[in-house]
Amino acid sequence: MLPHYRTIAELHQLLVRRELSCAELVQAALERISSVDGRVRAFLTVTEEAARRGAEQADARFKEGTATPLTGIPAAIKDNMCTRGVRTSCSSRMLENFVPPYDAAVVERLQGAGMVMVGKTNMDEYAMGSSTENSAFFPTHNPWDLERVPGGSSGGSAAAVAAGEAVYALGSDTGGSIRQPAGFCSLSGLKPTYGLVSRYGLVAFASSLDQIGPLTRSVADCALVLQAIAGHDPRDSTSIPRDVPDYSQALPADLKGLRLGVPQEYFPPELEPGVAEVLRDAIKVLEGLGAQVEWGLSLPSTAYALPVYYILAPSEASANLARYDGVKYGFSAQDGDSMWEDMEHTRQQGFGPEVKRRIMLGTYALSAGYYDAYYLKAQRVRTLIRRELEAAFEQYDALITPSSPTVPFKLGEKVDDPMQMYLSDIFTIPVNIAGIPALTLPAGFADGLPVGMQLMGKALSEETLLRIGHAFQQATDWHKQAPPL
Amino acid sequence: MALTQKEVRHIALLARLGLSPEEVEPLREQLSSILEHFQVLQELDTSDVPPTAYVVPRHSVFREDRPSASFPTEDIMANAPRPEEGYFRVQAVLEE
Repeated sequence: MLPHYRTIAELHQLLVRRELSCAELVQAALERISSVDGRVRAFLTVTEEAARRGAEQADARFKEGTATPLTGIPAAIKDNMCTRGVRTSCSSRMLENFVPPYDAAVVERLQGAGMVMVGKTNMDEYAMGSSTENSAFFPTHNPWDLERVPGGSSGGSAAAVAAGEAVYALGSDTGGSIRQPAGFCSLSGLKPTYGLVSRYGLVAFASSLDQIGPLTRSVADCALVLQAIAGHDPRDSTSIPRDVPDYSQALPADLKGLRLGVPQEYFPPELEPGVAEVLRDAIKVLEGLGAQVEWGLSLPSTAYALPVYYILAPSEASANLARYDGVKYGFSAQDGDSMWEDMEHTRQQGFGPEVKRRIMLGTYALSAGYYDAYYLKAQRVRTLIRRELEAAFEQYDALITPSSPTVPFKLGEKVDDPMQMYLSDIFTIPVNIAGIPALTLPAGFADGLPVGMQLMGKALSEETLLRIGHAFQQATDWHKQAPPL
Repeated sequence: MALTQKEVRHIALLARLGLSPEEVEPLREQLSSILEHFQVLQELDTSDVPPTAYVVPRHSVFREDRPSASFPTEDIMANAPRPEEGYFRVQAVLEE
């Protein structure tokens, strides 16, 4: 097997035993990028020189005995996380030439652990989208079928890992942007509890929903990356001050005593038959591992999650994106007759269609006369959705759902119909609204295309979700399949 | 919930978002259709339900006010579109 198709845990063993050097491993990843990224187009920027220097430092850490499980492992970072001296574009014309003067907290932490960053990945502009087709630069292709989308908005991160161009990647998840692409690319992806991972240095989209998390080849790898990035950061006022548990410690292989619920709203009649079948088989595997599974649980508020999200997220985005005025940084149109005209032209030319749509939607929902009917109403329904999920977690340790209602769709299929694109996030959105964690993992294939299973848990139950996911992967080998690239 | 073109232009002005004449009608149609989907929320009686702004039960987070160095001016100005002697230059704000 090519070294870059192994998991972090396997590679770490090879590095410890000196059967592989960090320099060789990083070289293999860079060669893989050269050979496949012309077709996959996961990367906006490849940081080859810095990666080679990082590999040398990582090899030195192994010699000194200060290596961590992530030392020397090639990683990709979504292009909405600030990297000092490396362009951070958010896949937008607005930030096409923006070079941050500082690192995001997650980047700092991973570098401290010895990460070797190989590049920055493509995404939907400002993380607004479900297919990576909203990138201002180019779409990314799904390594499992190059005519299909990798999902979004972290589609570049997912495609990079699935294509063997990086061993793991960071994504961000506001309404499903880690989990939906993880499902579409047959990866494990974790959206942590809101507040568990610092958002310092993450380009803000919807601040009450955004959270950073890993996309990896195994659940055990998710635990390793989460370990490195989780924890309190005073620079993010929503960061939870709490000691981080040992996530890898919590991974026994059986599920005895766990109660899992399957909410009926996530298995509607219009669910793709292939997705439903894969999920039913996966749930049988969990039962076989000793979990007690109950079907028929009902979460009636689920239907309201999509409208709540598409009011709250654009409202927050319209406020967050007010900062792009062409004055301090970013694209700046200078062809107007006044400062105000310059500003309007900057935003007209710098933002793409979906970003404009959401700024308009959010501005409307927050405007005088409509605030109560839209924004405040959505915040009240948010409470109902949150309470309903909290009540479910008094009975169940986790809930099982598909990560998407469909397998990966074709490029161009939904790009002209915003509402159809929004529906693609229908199973992932409630998690962000409630601020709870959820893990997506490969559950099988329908007609050769990946199907993801989502496990939701109560706030700060990452250990339980990782335990269930890890046990599932001890009993299955879906996560070990590689795409025919 | 059908918007008018006038409303679309007004929202764009509030957001300081320049729109070309060709952008107005497609946006009007798309936004009207999306707003239509939001109507479903009005089915729910939420008169006794408090709003959730943030799920983390933390408010007014304070830190110690310790002086520390800020970013060097040249690092910040490196991204400025129109830097001038350590300032951001814009067109005149006040009219004569």
